[in-house]
Amino acid sequence: MAGKANSQRAFLEVSDLSVQFPTEDGIVRAVDGVSFAIERGKTLAIVGESGSGKSVTAQAVMGLINKRNADVSGEVFFDGEDLVAMPEEGLRKLRGNKMAMIFQDPMSSLHPFYRIGDQLTEAVNAHEKVSKASARDRAIEMLHKVGIPAPAKRFDDYPHQFSGGMRQRVMIAMALINSPSLLIADEPTTALDVTVQAQIIELISQLQREFDTAVILITHDLGIVADVADEVAVMYGARVVESGSVDDIFYHPQMPYTLGLLASIPRLNQVPGDRLDPIPGNPPSPLRLPTGCVFNPRCVYQDRVTGDVCQTQRPALEDVGAGHQVRCHLPATERQAVADLTLNLLGRPSR
Amino acid sequence: MSAYVVRRVISMIILLLLLTLVVFILFSLLPADPARLTCGKGCTPEVLEANRHKLGFDLPVIQQYWEFMKGLFVGRIYAADSPSPVVCNAPCLGYSFKRGEEVLVLIKDRLPPTIWLALGAFFLWLAAGISLGIYAALRRGRWQDKTVMGISLAGYSLPSFFLGLMAIFFIVIRLQLLPYPSYVSPFENPIQFFQTMLLPWIVLAILYAAFYMRLTRNQMLEVLGDDYIRTARAKGLPERVVIRKHALRAGLTPIVTAAGLDLAGLLGGAIITESIFSLPGLGSLAVNSVNDADLPVIVGITLVTATFIIVANLIVDLLYAVIDPRVRLV
Repeated sequence: MAGKANSQRAFLEVSDLSVQFPTEDGIVRAVDGVSFAIERGKTLAIVGESGSGKSVTAQAVMGLINKRNADVSGEVFFDGEDLVAMPEEGLRKLRGNKMAMIFQDPMSSLHPFYRIGDQLTEAVNAHEKVSKASARDRAIEMLHKVGIPAPAKRFDDYPHQFSGGMRQRVMIAMALINSPSLLIADEPTTALDVTVQAQIIELISQLQREFDTAVILITHDLGIVADVADEVAVMYGARVVESGSVDDIFYHPQMPYTLGLLASIPRLNQVPGDRLDPIPGNPPSPLRLPTGCVFNPRCVYQDRVTGDVCQTQRPALEDVGAGHQVRCHLPATERQAVADLTLNLLGRPSR
Repeated sequence: MSAYVVRRVISMIILLLLLTLVVFILFSLLPADPARLTCGKGCTPEVLEANRHKLGFDLPVIQQYWEFMKGLFVGRIYAADSPSPVVCNAPCLGYSFKRGEEVLVLIKDRLPPTIWLALGAFFLWLAAGISLGIYAALRRGRWQDKTVMGISLAGYSLPSFFLGLMAIFFIVIRLQLLPYPSYVSPFENPIQFFQTMLLPWIVLAILYAAFYMRLTRNQMLEVLGDDYIRTARAKGLPERVVIRKHALRAGLTPIVTAAGLDLAGLLGGAIITESIFSLPGLGSLAVNSVNDADLPVIVGITLVTATFIIVANLIVDLLYAVIDPRVRLV
């Protein structure tokens, strides 16, 4: 790849990524023109409800979408190379090596029939010719790093001999064993106990600092996002509807969907007896995405938009500040008014 | 583990005891008179009665059963009080007066062709069934998948007597590619052995492979959607390692179950295939004995076959623990 392109592009730059699955019922648009970028050492959080296309986006970046079953288009520039155009063998050499992924459910993500140690050394051997002993040493060291007690002993244990949190630590050890420069964590804490969740997130952040890794954190837990993310992309209906710095999203949200997400977080200063404000309705089916703005069937502010553009026109991703983009038909003044109103209700000052 | 095996062996023995009892009772209900067979054309009621006594058929069923079980451990002497007693050494599975031979010897003679037939077909059908099943799963919904599933359906639908007769007709009679099947021991004449066994192996393998193709395909499709397969791919493992090491191992359990029981069942004799290819195996011995109402031989074959199946069950269960570390044998 040309050095020039390298210097202009972000470490990972996804532009206009789309993933479509042709099915018997029609085309499923799982990801529709998604763009984002991330530098080394930074954390990008992708948030959204189930079915918004977060996981498929992540798998497309990793090259884990089987191109026989799906159409992947757009560009994913990773360290100067376009992964969408790359043949499978090239992707395979990157996976688990320069880019790695951890998954939502540690109970089912490890192979139940193989020893933990074998699964770890397998990840080493897939990319490097090393002796059995040194692969073992590396695996044990990595297990130690992720906080597995007595790692040399646990090396020979099977996954079912570990708790959920410990298994997720093993998954993290496996993902980071080749010191990847990009780590994608797909809801890494969703299946874990709350107390374990914080430990896992802290572990990821700590190892991120150590290896200067770019992290894409996929989650629907906005609390975690506020803690660790530098940038946030809010996904809804296969599209990014708002993206920006963590401050932009939490203090200057502009898109009614982001507001809805913020309003649905339980708050400590909430008046007892007050109900949470869920977003009315359900996320759209990726088989039949609404025309116009994908959020329009659930948006309570569309009466502030003149005409029927919400129903008929797809809003463009619009710059509303440095690195802050919003996909919404509301006029800028209205968006600000709506945001202020909501944030006041939430008891948080709009800075 | 060893305690588990001991317990399983004990329950196997109990099961076999019950099984022999059931077989005894069932055959005692048959209208055929086994003593009649030992008595030629000029049979008088006196001779018949004497023979019946000689064979022990005049005893109550339970006592016959007791004599049989005793013979298994200490041997047995028929017609001890007559001038020409018949000795059957322990373990005595009974004595066929029709054939004038100990049942155990009869079965031992007939076992090798059956074992060779079963083993050869077993490896053929496993190799073909599993590899084609994986191939179909990896090309799900495309023409290769449909072709393999079509072959499987055809294999299912064709009865073995049809396949066997067609094979003999075209390959042996029309094209004369192989001589007419005539069994010899592989140690005696390996070439003739293979020439004889090739067609029965293939015919039997086609029947069984059809099922294994389908089973393997469905197992693979199920397993390939599992999370740990995605993890294996995310590690950057080559696809062939993902398939052979991660997916196949995970999908193996039901295949091992089926394979163990199918093999054991075949060791009891493939009646139709043996008859078509005139293999002197257990299956043809069983058919002849049923035609002759040769009770001791039928009981013996039933017992041997049941033992194969029960032992295969135990081996399959032990294999589970080898395949899946989560299985605890208690």
